[in-house]
Order: sequence, then structure tokens, then C-alpha cells
Amino acid sequence: MTTAATVRDVGAADPTPSDLLLDIRDLRTYFHVMDGTVKAVDGVSFSVKRGQTLGVVGESGCGKSVTALTVMRLLDIPPAEIASGQVMFKGRDLLKLPDPEMRKVRGNEIAMVFQEPMTSLNPVYTVGDQISEAVILHKGISKKAGVEKSIESLRLVGINNPERRIKQYPHELSGGMRQRVMIAMALSCDPDLIIADEPTTALDVTIQAQILELLRKVQDETGAALMLITHDLGVVAETVQDVVVMYAGRVVERGTVEEVLLAPKHPYTMGLLDSIPSKGKRGQRLNVIKGTVANPFNLPPGCNFMPRCPFAFEPCQVHDPRIEEADPPDVACWLYTRAPGISLPPRKRPTVAPLEATQS
Amino acid sequence: MDQGIRPELDQGIRPEVEEISADVAATAAAEAGTGAPGDFEVALESLNQWQLAWRRFKRHRLALIGASYLIFIIAVAILGPLVWPYDATNIPNAKHSGGDPPTLNPLSNLFGTDDGGRSVLQFVIVGSRISVAVGLFTMIISTFLGVLVGAVAGFFGGKIDGILMRFVDLILAIPFLFVVLVAARFFGGGDPVVVIVIFGLLFWPGLARLVRALFLSLREAEFVQAARAVGVSDIRITFRHILPNALGPIVVSATLIMAGAIVTEAFVSFLNFGIRATDISWGNALSHAQGALALGNWWWAFFPGMALALTVIAVNFIGDGLRDALDPRSKE
Repeated sequence: MTTAATVRDVGAADPTPSDLLLDIRDLRTYFHVMDGTVKAVDGVSFSVKRGQTLGVVGESGCGKSVTALTVMRLLDIPPAEIASGQVMFKGRDLLKLPDPEMRKVRGNEIAMVFQEPMTSLNPVYTVGDQISEAVILHKGISKKAGVEKSIESLRLVGINNPERRIKQYPHELSGGMRQRVMIAMALSCDPDLIIADEPTTALDVTIQAQILELLRKVQDETGAALMLITHDLGVVAETVQDVVVMYAGRVVERGTVEEVLLAPKHPYTMGLLDSIPSKGKRGQRLNVIKGTVANPFNLPPGCNFMPRCPFAFEPCQVHDPRIEEADPPDVACWLYTRAPGISLPPRKRPTVAPLEATQS
Repeated sequence: MDQGIRPELDQGIRPEVEEISADVAATAAAEAGTGAPGDFEVALESLNQWQLAWRRFKRHRLALIGASYLIFIIAVAILGPLVWPYDATNIPNAKHSGGDPPTLNPLSNLFGTDDGGRSVLQFVIVGSRISVAVGLFTMIISTFLGVLVGAVAGFFGGKIDGILMRFVDLILAIPFLFVVLVAARFFGGGDPVVVIVIFGLLFWPGLARLVRALFLSLREAEFVQAARAVGVSDIRITFRHILPNALGPIVVSATLIMAGAIVTEAFVSFLNFGIRATDISWGNALSHAQGALALGNWWWAFFPGMALALTVIAVNFIGDGLRDALDPRSKE
């Protein structure tokens, strides 16, 4: 099922396998709950190269976070089930690693920054305790060296007077400061990959910009790859090189940030871009994507986006477009997929004015 | 910078930091003596949650009185019998065969004497040793068991949780007096150590349920997820990341266990199922005083009874104070 097409990296000409840091292949994560099975992630494939910044975009409930949590193996099994797929990280399948091995990957080789800085730090320990815990755990260094390392990490994320900050408790820090601490924690072990799950969602706008700037800066300095999960296309435009757009547990479009934001192909991506308020649309009603995200218990038979799609035509109701079957494999939509028996009604080919300028 | 100083305790079932309103933070800052928001950088002192709790505890007057009283009783329990060596056969001050009423001279008869001429003050002082020991050690054993069982059940959930909680139900279903009775018969009844062990084994289920509930909710907390994402092992998460956050309610519950154990000791001793008659506890002293009312010798029962009641009230006050001091939502 997954072929060479999946391994192909977004926006890269011919990546050699050693370039690939993280390669997710046909990942399926299901949740077995009382009312049935939710296919939160349903055949997702994408990859992250060393040092790359990849944005994963989509509405709430499209499976972005679950993908990240599956990569980190942080889901409770059951109710979750990783039904199929591979998560190749530096040549190893993380899904097959025994637990103690996986613990050595977490925090050490792959670090994660969470959405809620207010509650992601343990209230009973000082900032220094929490940062050095990871380093001491993974690098086997002394407590003193751990403190040194915490100070160094805090300095890297732009916190003044880190020698005193490490002795403070989380409740003494503001939200932005705490997110900086979370990033310092993530950096402390020099990971190859940082997964940031909506790192700016809980922060106010000025702090958001600072945190994004910081993520970009530390990535430059450390050479770590960054997987940035967000629903904010503005954040994507500012921060990442490549984008993966997800909808209802699938990757529906991928490409460089210019390709996706300036010349979106998938009707869903178009809808997302169209619903951003902008200067040019002043005075008009804001466009929205009709309907809501597909009911996970009752997905439509064909394309998951079909019920909301303004361009839907016959094949959409029957067959599910697979991004791997597209040529080039960068959009999961029958409008762009040449398959035997599908002839596109020419007049329906979508035309959307490209976004005037990416967000600020 | 919007970095507020918030010497509030954000500890407990859910860290509630974000809910602390600005004015509360300001009040707290003022109370902390850190002055105007402008100069907090200079005066900023990092108080951890225990220091903050202690500060709130100090403001709870009844709890402070209770704590002072309990410390006094514990001191009496430890030092009293050393100063006044107990000798059951020693009948130093017998004047009347029916027992003397309280008198200042001699001082040993301050609480009067019993019908054997023994000082009731001596009963109170010597008896404090067993009563307080039963309270303290029952608390220690029960808290240890309750936390262990509750933590394992709450953190791992699923089948382990099911089995442990059914075991808890089982223990709660056994009639207490029946166990004490049977145990008294089979394990050299009346030995204080046996009483403590039995109490310790029977008092933990309530605490286990509480700890389980706390762990069930805390294991979903973001900081626990974050600790997992850093590669911390389950055991370490349970005892280093979750347990300290659950300590407030556990400490409060432990004080209640202590009060309960002291009362229960007196109760079973009164019924002659507890501490054997040759050892002195407050419960035994009360049991011994059964004829007091008929004779009009109120002091036989009054002084040991007061010692017991005051200790239990003191422990409950301390529990109250701790509840307020350790509650993250306390906006005082």
C-alpha cells in the first residue's frame, strides 16, 4: 500500500534516506470508545528532514495532536490503538521500541512543547528542578552539571538572570515566561526533533510573536528539526518551510509554504485561506467553510471533505482520494487525480484568487 | 512585563494559577511585604508551597492553639513517665479508701486519686503515652498503606485499580468491633503494638479511595503529560510528580485518621477489647472510672476524659487549619 510515493519528502527533489529524520508511513491511530471507533489518524504519511521546519495545519479534531502523541507514544492504550503504520526515526521504528528504549527517545532525541504553559509545569518544583530533571535523566550528569545546563538553556531562550530564575516556582512566572521555560526544557537535551503542539495558542498576540521568533532562533542555533502543529495559518506563514494540511485524520495537501499558501489546491486549504480576515476583505462578510468537521463515527463514504466541498462531483461520493495516488502526491482530491474512469468536468475546475500576501 | 508575583499556592487537584485574580495577587503581594508591584524584583523571594502553606496556617488561630496543645501532650507523653516513673503497685497517698478529691497538696493529687489511692494525674500522664502512640502510629501505618494502594490504583487504573478497590470494599465491609474482638483473642490481646497494627490495617481504605481519586485526576494533568514527554518513568512520575501535588488532602485526611484512632482506642478499651487492663491508657482510665458517678467521684472520669477530648479536638483543629492552608483555592 505505501509505496515509494509516501517516502517522498515534501518539497524536496530527491531526498536520500539519511536526510530523513522522521518518516511517518501510513499511520493509523484509532480510539475505541463506548459509541464505537474513532479513526483519529487514518493513514497519515509525511516526513521531516534534519533541520527542517514542518507545519502541520488543520481544524480542531483533525488528528494533528494525536499524530504527535502517537509519534511520542504518549497515548493510553487502550482506549487508543495504533492500528497500523510505521514511525521511522533515525532508522528505527518508534512504534516497535520497547518502553525503556522509548523513554530514552522522549525528551532526549524528540522533545515536545505543549499548548498550555500555565499547567505544563509542575507547581511544586522550581523551574531549575524541572529543566535539570530531563538532562540528569538522559545524560547521566551530576546535579550540579544539571543546574549549569538549566541556566544555559534558560539563557538560550532569552530569560534574564537565569541564575535566579531557576530557583523560582512556576506560579511566579507569566505565561510567556513559562512557555520559554518549556522550550528551554525541550532544548536541554539537544534533541534532533522538537514537536511543538500549538505552542502559542494559549498566549496573547505579542507574546505569540516572541515565542515563534524564539522557536525559529533556537532552531537556527541548535539545528534541530521542528514540527509545528497549529491551526493558525498566520503562524505557519511566519515560521515554517513546509506544510502538511490535515483533515479528518488524513493528509489532504502538502508542499512548501509558498505552494500551499499562495496556490492552494485542495478545496479545504482554499477554504481555510479564504476564511482569514484580511485588509482586502474589509466590509465584506467573512467566508467560512460550510458545515462542521465530519462526524468521526459516521464518515461519508467517499471523500471525507465531500459534504462541505463546493467543487464536489461524482467520484467524490464514491471513492476516497488518496494522496499517494495523486501525481505528484501533494493533494488528496479527485480534481487533481488522474485515474481511469474519472473525467473532470472542466467548468468545475476551481479558481481561487491566491492570497494577496501571507499573513504579516 | 506582566509577570505577576503570585505567592498563592497552586497545588492540589488542579493547579488553578490562572484563576487567581489580579487583586488577590496584589493583596498577597502586599501581605508578603514585597511592596508595590514596581519594586518586586528587589524583594522577590521564592516561597515554595510549604512556606506559603505555613504562612496561611499561622493565621488560623484555632489550628495554632490545637498544634500547641498537641505538642504539649506529645511532650508529656514522652517526658512525663520519665519524670514520674509509673509503678502500679505504689500507693503513695491513700487517705480514704474511696479515693481523694482533687487537691493542690500534694501536687500528685491535683486530679484526685482513685479508690486504690493512685493519682488520677498519673493515669492521665502515663495514659497519654499509649493513647498518643496509638493515634500517631495508626496514622503513619494507615497513611502509608492508603497512599500506596490509592496511588497504584489511581495511576495504573484498569484491572489493577479494579482489584485493589474491591479489596478496599471488602475491608470496609468487615465489622470493626468483630475484627478487634477476634484479633484480641488470637494475638495476645491487649498489647498496644497489636492494637496499633490492627488499627493501622483497618483505617486506610478511606484514604486509599481519596488518593485514588486524586491520582486519577492528576495523571491527566498537563504537567504529568509533559513529564512523560521528557521520558520520566511511571514510578518516578507517580511518586515525584503526582504525589507532592496530592499531599495537601492526604495530610488533612491523615490528621483525621489520628483523631479517629485515639477515640476508637478509648472506645474499645472502655469495652475491654482494647489495651489490656494492666497497661494504662486514657480509655482504660475511663473504663476504670465506671463506678465514678455512683460514688460521686467525678474526677475519675473527668480528667482522663478531658485529656482525650481536648486532644481529639486539637487534632481536628489542626486538620481544619491544614485544609485551609493547603487548599489551592483558598483566597485568603
